[in-house]
Amino acid sequence: MKLKGKSFKYGDNVNTDEIIPARYLNSSDPDFLASHCMEDIDPDFVKEKNAGDIIVARKNFGCGSSREHAPIAIKAAEISCVIADSFARIFYRNAINTGLPIIESPDAAADIQKGDELEVDLDGGTIKNLRTKKTFSFEPMPPFAQEIIQAGGLMKYVMKDKQE
Amino acid sequence: MAQTITEKILAAHSDREEAKPGQLIKARIDLCLGNDVTAPIAIKEYQKAGADQVFDPSRIALVLDHFTPNKDIDSAQQCAQVRFFARDHQIEHFYDVGQMGVEHALLPEQGLVLPGDCVIGADSHTCTYGALGAFSTGVGSTDLAAAMITGQAWFKVPEQMRFIYNGKRGKWFGGKDIILFTIGKIGVDGALYRTMNFTGPVIRELPMDDRLALCNMAIEAGAKNGVIEPDEITKEYIKTRAKREYKLYESDSNALYVATYEWDITGMEPQVAFPHLPSNSKPVSRAKEIKIDQAFIGSCTNGRISDLRDAAEILKGNRVDRNVRCIVIPATQEIYRQAMKEGLFDIFLDAGCAVSTPTCGPCLGGHMGILAEGERCIATSNRNFVGRMGHVKSEVYLSNAAVAAASAVTGRITHPEEVAK
Ligand code: SF4
Repeated sequence: MKLKGKSFKYGDNVNTDEIIPARYLNSSDPDFLASHCMEDIDPDFVKEKNAGDIIVARKNFGCGSSREHAPIAIKAAEISCVIADSFARIFYRNAINTGLPIIESPDAAADIQKGDELEVDLDGGTIKNLRTKKTFSFEPMPPFAQEIIQAGGLMKYVMKDKQE
Repeated sequence: MAQTITEKILAAHSDREEAKPGQLIKARIDLCLGNDVTAPIAIKEYQKAGADQVFDPSRIALVLDHFTPNKDIDSAQQCAQVRFFARDHQIEHFYDVGQMGVEHALLPEQGLVLPGDCVIGADSHTCTYGALGAFSTGVGSTDLAAAMITGQAWFKVPEQMRFIYNGKRGKWFGGKDIILFTIGKIGVDGALYRTMNFTGPVIRELPMDDRLALCNMAIEAGAKNGVIEPDEITKEYIKTRAKREYKLYESDSNALYVATYEWDITGMEPQVAFPHLPSNSKPVSRAKEIKIDQAFIGSCTNGRISDLRDAAEILKGNRVDRNVRCIVIPATQEIYRQAMKEGLFDIFLDAGCAVSTPTCGPCLGGHMGILAEGERCIATSNRNFVGRMGHVKSEVYLSNAAVAAASAVTGRITHPEEVAK
């Protein structure tokens, strides 16, 4: 799958309270959650983002709570993927389970600045920064994660497994 | 091969001789947990998948603790959804207002998690139960939905880290201080994807409430789980609580660790984590000029009876500063009743504190003590992220219960010694 979009850049340890503040957790409606996505760290994010844009951050993206509302909010905000140095483990799991592509690439995350145009090839494992004209390769997701994504998410995977 | 307690538990739950770091395994779970924030999404996924039966109604715990007693219509709707699901599926361990407590205080107290268990919860602080010698980790709602159907979960066997604590623990230095100190040293991703094995002479003598507070915050270092080998203190704790079989696992002495840290805690001061990360921890004396507007004593980290006793010891015969709101929230009904019996509520009320029914409340900025712009709170909870307890320009400092109580009295962050009589 090929993705194309402009980047929104953040630093280390972007936590789930910043991705979607707890005060909105009394709802699980994706569009409502998307309308408050990144609100406390970047109030302009919701106004400025377009479908297909890409969030880029440094170490430990998605740390904090286990709320699946975080990847749901990002996905419903029509962000096509998240690139970071590393991800917090529950966020990583939740992203796979809900079908939000995530990429670990410290080199790309260091190079990319806010507003850069990016091209990502998920299957080929490359990220291209059109501004710096640099290309970065990344490790595809582990096979089990790909199986889950191919099945269409954890639930479909599990139900298929159960019937066999 | 020599193995740690986590590797042994994961091996036993996936019917294999051994579990090696990096392996992907499907493990049977002994209990799965959801709350009023995460269960509604799990239930939606469960229904979308067309499931109509859970794997075992006695192995699922649903606890309505975050926005309860309901703070608004939306949270009431979410709770109603979980309530109907629990009724429909005859979920044995469903806890509603009147029985519920903050989940990670409630489950161990009620004997629902036991040594040797493999537990997942759709809540990041599910790692708390490692204090009992269980493998226990936080997952997302979809994982919970899948586990409710199959009784299984996927894991990547985590790499093992070891933390050894030597020396003598000071009177006001508890489990919370050990973990704040540790996260301060290794950072909020210092144990990412890994297991934190807590050990050494200090841990062997650490009371269970402190062990629970310690393991509660393993996730704040990014860990998959934290664990303490079960011993006499563990057995004493579960003696009257366990209603099913359990197994005590030990780590082999020659087990492999990717990193080992060793510290002497003799003479260490209570720790305070400055905004906006749990890793910004410093000795309390370095925080002493910081004025506060609120003190919150409660949560799944430090809302247990020993925390309330510590707070009461400080507050007895003292008054909360007139510029401070001090909010005390016992973590469960049982703790609430015990505190009442011991006369702790009189001490709190005489001092000018507000005492609430169990709830997560202000810990996650839900209700019962939200901060205004520019306000500062010292809290016994586990996260001090931007906006965690209210306005984005408010600040949260993390500490143990004695420090929070002493600070409530003086109006600025204070070492308990300064106030204790
Ligand atoms: S007390 Fe706070 S950290 Fe603990 S379960 Fe509740 S919201 Fe989460």
